[in-house]
Amino acid sequence: MTIESVDPDDVTAAEILGSAIERREDPALITGDAEYTDDIQLADMAHLSVVRSRHGHARIENVDTSEAEAMEGVIGVFTHDDLAREDTPGEPPFGLPVGWLLPSLNNVDHPILVDEKARYQGDAIAVVVAEERYQAADAAGAVDVSYDRLDAITAPDEALSGEAPQLHPDADDNVAFDWEIGDEEKTATAFEDATHTASVELTNQLVIPNAMEPRAAVADYHPGTDELEVFMTSQNPHLHRLLMSGVIDHPEHKLRVKAPEVGGGFGSKIHHYADEALVAWCAKLLERPVKWTATRSETYQTDAMGRGHETEAEIAMNDDGDVIGLRVDTRANLGAYLSTFAPSVPTYLYGTLLSGQYDIPAIYGHVTGAFTNVPPVDAYRGAGRPEASFVVERLMNRAAREIGMDPVEFRRRNFVPDDAFPYETEVAVVYDSGEYEKPMNEALDLLDYENFRERQKQAREEGRYLGIGFSCYIEACGLAPSELAGQLGAQAGLWESSVVRFHPSGTVTAYCGTSGHGQGHSTTYAQIVANELGVDYDDVEIVEGDTDEIPQGMGTYGSRSAAVGGSALATSAMKIVDKAQQIAAHQLEASEDDLEFENGEFHVAGAPDRSMSIQAAAQASYLAHDIPDDMEPGLEETSFYDPENFVFPFGTHVAIVEVDPDTGDVEIERYLAVDDVGPQINPKIVEGQIHGGVAQGIGQALYEGAEFDDNGTLTTGSMQDYAVPKAIHVPEMETAHTVTESPHNPLGVKGVGEAGTIAAPQAVVNAVTDALEPLGIDHLDMPLTGERVWRAIADADGGED
Amino acid sequence: MGTERANVIGPVMTDHEITLTVNGTEHDLTVEARTLLAHALRDELGYTGTNVGCESSLCGACTVRVDGEAVKSCTTLAVQADGAEIRTVEGLADGDELHAIQQAFQEEHGLQCGYCTPGMMMTSVELLQENPDPTREEIREGLEGNLCRCTGYQNIVNAVENAAESMGTGAVADGGTVGDGAATPDTTAVDGGETE
Repeated sequence: MTIESVDPDDVTAAEILGSAIERREDPALITGDAEYTDDIQLADMAHLSVVRSRHGHARIENVDTSEAEAMEGVIGVFTHDDLAREDTPGEPPFGLPVGWLLPSLNNVDHPILVDEKARYQGDAIAVVVAEERYQAADAAGAVDVSYDRLDAITAPDEALSGEAPQLHPDADDNVAFDWEIGDEEKTATAFEDATHTASVELTNQLVIPNAMEPRAAVADYHPGTDELEVFMTSQNPHLHRLLMSGVIDHPEHKLRVKAPEVGGGFGSKIHHYADEALVAWCAKLLERPVKWTATRSETYQTDAMGRGHETEAEIAMNDDGDVIGLRVDTRANLGAYLSTFAPSVPTYLYGTLLSGQYDIPAIYGHVTGAFTNVPPVDAYRGAGRPEASFVVERLMNRAAREIGMDPVEFRRRNFVPDDAFPYETEVAVVYDSGEYEKPMNEALDLLDYENFRERQKQAREEGRYLGIGFSCYIEACGLAPSELAGQLGAQAGLWESSVVRFHPSGTVTAYCGTSGHGQGHSTTYAQIVANELGVDYDDVEIVEGDTDEIPQGMGTYGSRSAAVGGSALATSAMKIVDKAQQIAAHQLEASEDDLEFENGEFHVAGAPDRSMSIQAAAQASYLAHDIPDDMEPGLEETSFYDPENFVFPFGTHVAIVEVDPDTGDVEIERYLAVDDVGPQINPKIVEGQIHGGVAQGIGQALYEGAEFDDNGTLTTGSMQDYAVPKAIHVPEMETAHTVTESPHNPLGVKGVGEAGTIAAPQAVVNAVTDALEPLGIDHLDMPLTGERVWRAIADADGGED
Repeated sequence: MGTERANVIGPVMTDHEITLTVNGTEHDLTVEARTLLAHALRDELGYTGTNVGCESSLCGACTVRVDGEAVKSCTTLAVQADGAEIRTVEGLADGDELHAIQQAFQEEHGLQCGYCTPGMMMTSVELLQENPDPTREEIREGLEGNLCRCTGYQNIVNAVENAAESMGTGAVADGGTVGDGAATPDTTAVDGGETE
């Protein structure tokens, strides 16, 4: 099922969209030529190291920097008090802002260096700047911090119990927010009317993103011009520039943020952390370039974690097997402070997907956000949508079992029907398009489902536990339009900008405000632009990730780049074609309406010899000797594309597992992903996104989970203790697809970056609970480690043979 | 041969003069006893293709070959490599001609963000020297010391299979060494590789 790569030289502009061409990013990456942030070396560059709290919750009694300051190579040691000094740059408060507000939000202070209290292990207390990397690390270790340890809380239910220590003076009982969606009364009535109900109580554990490249920043200040350049591991340089300009009080137009090559993000490089701001501040203070690169320990302690829900959910059915209501109560772990977009993740990115692929007439979701002594929790690949899909798909399994229907037939019966689109859910969104039975049917064909059930039956007779798990997921990508985002609390628009520029010689540079970090945008965006303009793929260069080059941008996250960034590029390219057509009409002395545009050539209809290439039109536009009277010279167009709506990809993933009752080990015998992400710009890249997403979802299902001790110390704080899946842990994946276009963007595309991560966990958990059905086990919390599964088997009624 | 350097406070650091031959070029440099090979390569010599992901031998992004053996350079001291022949990702290709493993990673879309890729390829080259015709399971086991968060590994396994095939073919064509796959004589490929 592997998709064969194609050489771009073998593909014409007309065929390039949808072609599985090899990536143009790769030559630099496979030869060591690519430049990541830590690769940057500047003359006279100093190194920064951060002194972090050892405890999850502690009052800081004293910070003695004297020993560190006296060490060789140390240039300075800075604490909270130094930020506020009159002779250091910027005005207080030096706090990190939150970019999403909710009416009930307790918007607590988030200082970049702690003042009186550290609220998680890793909270920044001081920074050391030294001549050399090792000297900075040595001196950070010599800063003597006196702590008064306080009781720490790490789980949301405990934090919200009313008896827990309070983290922030302004957040009583550690409540960050209280939020609801849907119709509580209508849903209560549905449950009263129901003849069957099913429920699940679950923990969706905290997971750690683990981008392979640790976060890093290099800042360079030019006092003569007051220009401050920050090269950093960013998924959204323009957002980082805007936020950082406020945090360190440096004017936005004098701040350049550039993302060099970025080694993965998965959400963790969206947010604005303290560290990068401190690097910039120190560079400005010392008037020297400063570099900081997180150690892996620091990424564990400080990168925003994901998930962290405690949930009770229930589903109501009638006798026919129709779902008539769904009700969810979730306590969401937000960690010690509000990270950049944290309030949106367990609310609008979660509650709005509680209808899944199903036509559910009454839904109510209630979410309480909790402050705890863990690192701030924010978007991690999927961000809210995996949590929603997990709840819905676990409930669908429980419900099917409750009323004695096959889980496939039960789902099929409740799918939103094809003719119901656009479909308005009970939870505030309108699904753009969908054909939910198609991927399900495709999956069943590939699986030979009937045969599997036979095989399962036989295996059970032999004392073997085989199970199958279905996950009919839905994803929402490209949160939009900006007006809606604003109504929901976003402190940003969610459009995307692009510039497409023809050069006089006929080649093209296209700029986009997204910022890829492994997704292959330089390839796929060039496919889009080359196709729209009818020029050679090799004649199109793509630029992303630099506030000095790209007018504005919102960045790459939420599977938005193709649907929003790609559409912005297509829009600019269409404007280019329009203007070039006017030039061609003028020079060919034809009416614009009589021109046809095909493969980069304008022809006069019916007179094919009267034609002009788009490159010739570009050249004419810059010569400006003979263009229409009212036309400005040049051929360059800008777009700010604000989508009408989200796009909603969907699909069916299926896991077949065998559980070893003696060890509790779960072996994934087969993993099948059938995804509908709309038309695929580059099927090879799409497949890669699915593979990676599924691997992360399987990681959460079977292996991963952040754990803390009573002091708030992360006990899974290294790759030794936290199980990032290895090659041997990930099964061979089979992929297939269906194609349903989105009706509201120029490319019809949806999104794919998070699909696998959203779909996989419940496919695996549903499979394991299916396998263990004979033992009466109908729920297990992730990760399904051998020990956890073995204990459940040992505890189960009936137990082992 | 170290010289002592007095610190104002803290341990006495000892500097060492060492020689590293990287991708065929000899470099003399002075490092502290504790300087990691990864940092000597990256910060002192500018071979930044070798990435550091965990400083604890677990992720494998920093894998280089020292005297023909794949080694985690983040937990190797530079002084341990004194006098050694080191091959980094910058030395995989032969001029403009990519190594079979590089070609294969590109063809199979075996990389996304690229951060783990140099180390992944260095380990793969050793894997293929030791086992020129591995099964998919053997490839997965052979890559146990290298983590990738982007690809889900499937296309990496495809890439190693692809490289095995082309290197195997190459071995027949040039009558001998699978070796490092690059056309240049490779002093770091001590075992030279066995053909099947």
